[in-house]
Amino acid sequence: MLLLALLFATIGVLAGGPNASAEAAAPSGTSEGGEGVRGTFIDKKGTRAPGDDVPLVDVEVVITTTAGDEVVSGTTDEEGIIELELPSPGEYIATVQLDTLPEGVGLAEGAEVRPFSVDPNDTFRLNIQFGQRERETSTKLDQLPQLVFKGVQFGLIIAICAVGLSIINGTTGLVNFSHGEHVTWGAVAAWFLNVDHGIHLVIAAPLAILIGAATGALTDMILWRRLRNRGVSLLAMMIVSIGLSLAARNVLQVVFGETTKAFRDFNIQIGHDYGPITAVPKDFWLIGIAILALVGVASTLQYTRIGKATRAIADNPDLAASSGIDVNRVVLFVWAAGGGLAALGGILFAVGERVQFDTGFKLLLLMFAGITLGGLGTAYGALVGSFVVGMLIQTSALIIPTELKNVGALVVLILVLLVRPQGILGRAERIG
Amino acid sequence: MDWRLIFDTALTQGFGPQAIVVALAAIGLNVQFGYAGLLNFGQVAFLAVGAYSIAMGVDTFGLNFWLCVFLALLSAVVLALLLGFPTLRLRTDYLAIVTIAAGEIIRLVLRAGSYRGTTGGAAGIQNFADDFFEINPFPRGSNGIGFVDYSSSDLWVMTVGWGLVAASCLMIFLLIRSPWGRVVKAIREDEDAVRSLGKNVYLYKMQALILGGVIGAVGGMIFAIDRQSIVPDSLGTQRTFFAYTALILGGSGRVGGPVVGAIVFTFLTAFTDTTLRELVENNILDKIPLLPSDLLVANEVGIAVQILVGLGLMALMIFRPQGIFGDKREVAISARR
Repeated sequence: MLLLALLFATIGVLAGGPNASAEAAAPSGTSEGGEGVRGTFIDKKGTRAPGDDVPLVDVEVVITTTAGDEVVSGTTDEEGIIELELPSPGEYIATVQLDTLPEGVGLAEGAEVRPFSVDPNDTFRLNIQFGQRERETSTKLDQLPQLVFKGVQFGLIIAICAVGLSIINGTTGLVNFSHGEHVTWGAVAAWFLNVDHGIHLVIAAPLAILIGAATGALTDMILWRRLRNRGVSLLAMMIVSIGLSLAARNVLQVVFGETTKAFRDFNIQIGHDYGPITAVPKDFWLIGIAILALVGVASTLQYTRIGKATRAIADNPDLAASSGIDVNRVVLFVWAAGGGLAALGGILFAVGERVQFDTGFKLLLLMFAGITLGGLGTAYGALVGSFVVGMLIQTSALIIPTELKNVGALVVLILVLLVRPQGILGRAERIG
Repeated sequence: MDWRLIFDTALTQGFGPQAIVVALAAIGLNVQFGYAGLLNFGQVAFLAVGAYSIAMGVDTFGLNFWLCVFLALLSAVVLALLLGFPTLRLRTDYLAIVTIAAGEIIRLVLRAGSYRGTTGGAAGIQNFADDFFEINPFPRGSNGIGFVDYSSSDLWVMTVGWGLVAASCLMIFLLIRSPWGRVVKAIREDEDAVRSLGKNVYLYKMQALILGGVIGAVGGMIFAIDRQSIVPDSLGTQRTFFAYTALILGGSGRVGGPVVGAIVFTFLTAFTDTTLRELVENNILDKIPLLPSDLLVANEVGIAVQILVGLGLMALMIFRPQGIFGDKREVAISARR
């Protein structure tokens, strides 16, 4: 009897599995699905631990057209799930009715209104974060040590991402707008190895860096070297890099999905107070690894043969070529190193925060600010400049709203170009 | 497969308001990149300035619609001055970096919750162009010509829009034939040579940047007016590069290039988009052997089109930089710059 019950239970589970997934897939199904919107509202209780998540029941959401006319409304069920059908594809605005939220559950200001657009036969996933982790706000100056600490970490990560971009620019003259995708790719590759294949991050990360280096070298061999040999102008090559960035970012979006994801390892750690700052153990590891990598880059450039050759080409490519340096070989090395470092930077960023398909593209802006500040094309300038930019972005939270902290990077960029266009460590060229 | 639907959609969009927006953005880029050799990677910033000047002017500040049109043009000039002042004395990659950053930054500021009262935040601003549609001479209802079918408001936007496209093209045609145009084209070929002739290169570049930016802002106005709605996230960086693809497709450095390019580009993207959707809906991809069954699902069609645009831009730039009917000499940009 017990056996029979077990058997039935197994069948139930087996049958339940596919059914459940079929149900979940139905809204995004193509032919008869129509357009809709779907969301799961969960109170995260200010933590990342899934254990204490509480679904929000009976929360009302009203969907209006962009003109403000109500289309449809509904409430969440016991599991916090809401599913609404929409009459046609187009642009809508979802509004969470704040007065229907349970006591003590809040939203960030403005987060209750969410505009979105729905493609034909598509279901929009309404992703609203409730009760996200918030830091108790103390007086502004008290936050300074914490922000400086975060700034050191962020600055080092940007520096690692940007140093490859700057050396590539120095040796080939190309401003590579697809460098951000190298950064994302590193983190995404590590994520697949770590989460999909269950390889521990300590092993997955070096593998992903190798993949990143190989990708960098391959793009040079397949694309950039050929363009250089054909004498394609740098202007044209920049536009090619933009096309590559657009294509690669969207490929990453298909492969990786739209959501932000975290690694399996080192994800949740408990913070400790160290004097005025609060930090989790991985913060120190990130800083340590980043410093180690940057020292490695600097000593490679300074003392090894290939590093010296790299600097020689950055200084004067024609002179370097005529003194017997194989420029193509060195540039290939630079691309491999740049790809590997970008991957490392992406992984470090993803360990500290999370990774999304456009993480690298967002960082690209900051890398540009960093390498311009340091001096376009110089390796050490990129390090110094990126570090300053990372520090500025984090500490600027004292003065400006956090959501606008990246804006400060652009202001710095423009000011630097006005006052010292060659950057901190750049050499003045004959200009204008 | 409903081929009729696919062609109808593609044709309708190819001449519709969205093509006008791409065309105006690309005409602006043609002045900057095609003629002056300036790499503006933030045309979307000018679109944003045009769109939001009207939206915020009417909705937030209650100004007259036509006054806002004037303010939009003025704001575009100011933005061009801001971006050009620090960068135009430097190599053109600095302009590229600063403009791509400016485009993103403007979007981030516009969608920031902190200024929601002024900018509408991420929800944007709606219903601000009633004054424009009030003087619509076309009768209500849809108006079909052959395959294509437009609503009366679409027709009104298209009449004004294509009129503006024609006017900008005429202006550029005359400008480029003038001494001013010859200096600008000479700057693209060899900046130092022009400088040695005693011309103020910086000033000419600035004028080209302003002119292209203002035309881009006009495109932004059409973008906002057409839908009577503007949302910051519709102004992502990719919009700049759609315009670049259209420009290079049609032929940069030619007056009609960006217009033809915009029509062909919009037609092709709409065609691809609808075809892929039809393929997915009718499960045709599943019947082809060797293809993975989940190769493409409905909500990935938009992404797939962007991938194709990116690859198309690369391929164009590498194999046919002069586009459909450009002149190869016009796009030959000197090697190491």
